[in-house]
Amino acid sequence: MIEVVNLTKSFKNVDVLKGINVTINKGEKIVVLGPSGSGKSTFLRCLNCMEDPTSGSIIFNGVDIADMSVNINVHRQKMGMVFQHFNLFNNKTVIDNIMLAPIYVEKKRMRKLRFSNPNGEEIKSTKQIKAEAKENAMKLLKRIGLEEKADVFPSQLSGGQKQRVAIVRALAMNPDVILFDEPTSALDPEMVGEVLELMKELAHEGMTMVVVTHEMGFAREVADRVIFIDEGVIAEEGTPEELFGNPQCPRLKEFLSKVL
Amino acid sequence: MGNLGLKIERFIEVFIDNGGYKEVLTGLENTLKIAVIGLIIGIVIGTLIATVRVLPKYKVLPKILNGICTFYVAFFRGTPMVVQLLLSYYVALPLMEINLPSVTVAIIVFGLNSGAYISEIMRGGILSVDPGQMEGGRAVGLSFSKTMLSIIIPQAVKNILPTLGNEFITLIKETSVVSFVGALDLYVAFNRIGSNSYEFMVPYLVMAIIYIVLVLFISGLVKLLERSLRKSDRSC
Ligand SMILES: Nc1ncnc2c1ncn2[C@@H]1O[C@H](COP(=O)(O)OP(=O)(O)O)[C@@H](O)[C@H]1O
Ligand SMILES: [Mg+2]
Repeated sequence: MIEVVNLTKSFKNVDVLKGINVTINKGEKIVVLGPSGSGKSTFLRCLNCMEDPTSGSIIFNGVDIADMSVNINVHRQKMGMVFQHFNLFNNKTVIDNIMLAPIYVEKKRMRKLRFSNPNGEEIKSTKQIKAEAKENAMKLLKRIGLEEKADVFPSQLSGGQKQRVAIVRALAMNPDVILFDEPTSALDPEMVGEVLELMKELAHEGMTMVVVTHEMGFAREVADRVIFIDEGVIAEEGTPEELFGNPQCPRLKEFLSKVL
Repeated sequence: MGNLGLKIERFIEVFIDNGGYKEVLTGLENTLKIAVIGLIIGIVIGTLIATVRVLPKYKVLPKILNGICTFYVAFFRGTPMVVQLLLSYYVALPLMEINLPSVTVAIIVFGLNSGAYISEIMRGGILSVDPGQMEGGRAVGLSFSKTMLSIIIPQAVKNILPTLGNEFITLIKETSVVSFVGALDLYVAFNRIGSNSYEFMVPYLVMAIIYIVLVLFISGLVKLLERSLRKSDRSC
């Protein structure tokens, strides 16, 4: 689904990623580990080109999205991203946060259909688009038990609630993969569980996930493969059993002795 | 003091019986027109310039646009409004052989001028919005401009609302310079009443009161608006 080929990324003169090669298959759950500052976030942000790779390719569903001439927005719509600090839209209510992108995308699609509609698809009115988006958003809110929060602003939610809303906001686009960048690191300890629980649910439903996290329990339970990034390269990769049970490189041993 | 009553009588005579109030109403209308439409044009121009200024600068087009915007802002902030008005009315428009009513010219110049000031205010407003908001928008596949319009600018405007209100008040007060190109504003209207009644004390006093009432009214409106926008900040 995603094939990363010789990915490098430099900021000014600092080489953060120095040649990453990895293939992420449909349905796979990958946990990315590494010391602070090793380039985990940079790697994740290169996957959906939030950072433009310095060189290399990101082949997503057959298209090299690192190529500056592709319309990156279209591809990002199929690649959800969940941030450490949630990044919910502060000026929108919870339900508007979830509906904004689906409505935008569907409206755009209808505009195009009006010009050329070879399959004779039904053209929906804006009202119809909004009603459908709202129905879907309410379904997602029900799923996380926050339907009564639909019309409040993000500032009125707890951290755990915010992150769960952020996750269903990503889900509302029916993404092929979701990228998580330390989704529980900014949360009070008592709220970590509810977010990890939701992520496990997604994992069991077969969602493709790439997760940067320090939650070793989650990695053990959910990951099909763990990638250890150190100094801009993949220093070691394998199943959780392999990496945690029998780490090879000294840096990984050192890292695990600190976090376990 | 004894003749203040007389002066007020003279004023009322010219103001009401001789139809001076009509000019005052026209003047008030023009003052508001110039300030309100000027502010709206200013917000549009200011937002566009501010957006260009926060664009990433590693491509050629943003660099060129940024250069143009820098020059624009330097020009309109670096010369007095009167000069801009005179240059437009007596130099630029005649050279282009365009004939516009002086009020229209004033509206345009006020819009261009406040665009330069508002661009700086708006840039501060945009920079004060958490960068995570842009990331959140781009990550769900919204375009840069859609994220700007739906997420960033509304939050930026909320942050700068008090400053924007001040800019509006400044514009109202500055409209008195439009008499330089022969437009009828509050100042001109009361000046004529003064000339007609050979008495300036009361007309100018009334003029000052009208300006103060206007400004207080606008400040009140801005406060109301702020309060209604602040509802998304309330936390549990
Ligand atoms: N936008 C940026 N500009 C300059 N340097 C950056 C930027 N983003 C990250 N870096 C640098 O890249 C390195 C890796 O950062 P990051 O990917 O955030 O690490 P991690 O997520 O593993 O902690 C750090 O040294 C950081 O300072
Ligand atoms: Mg990080």
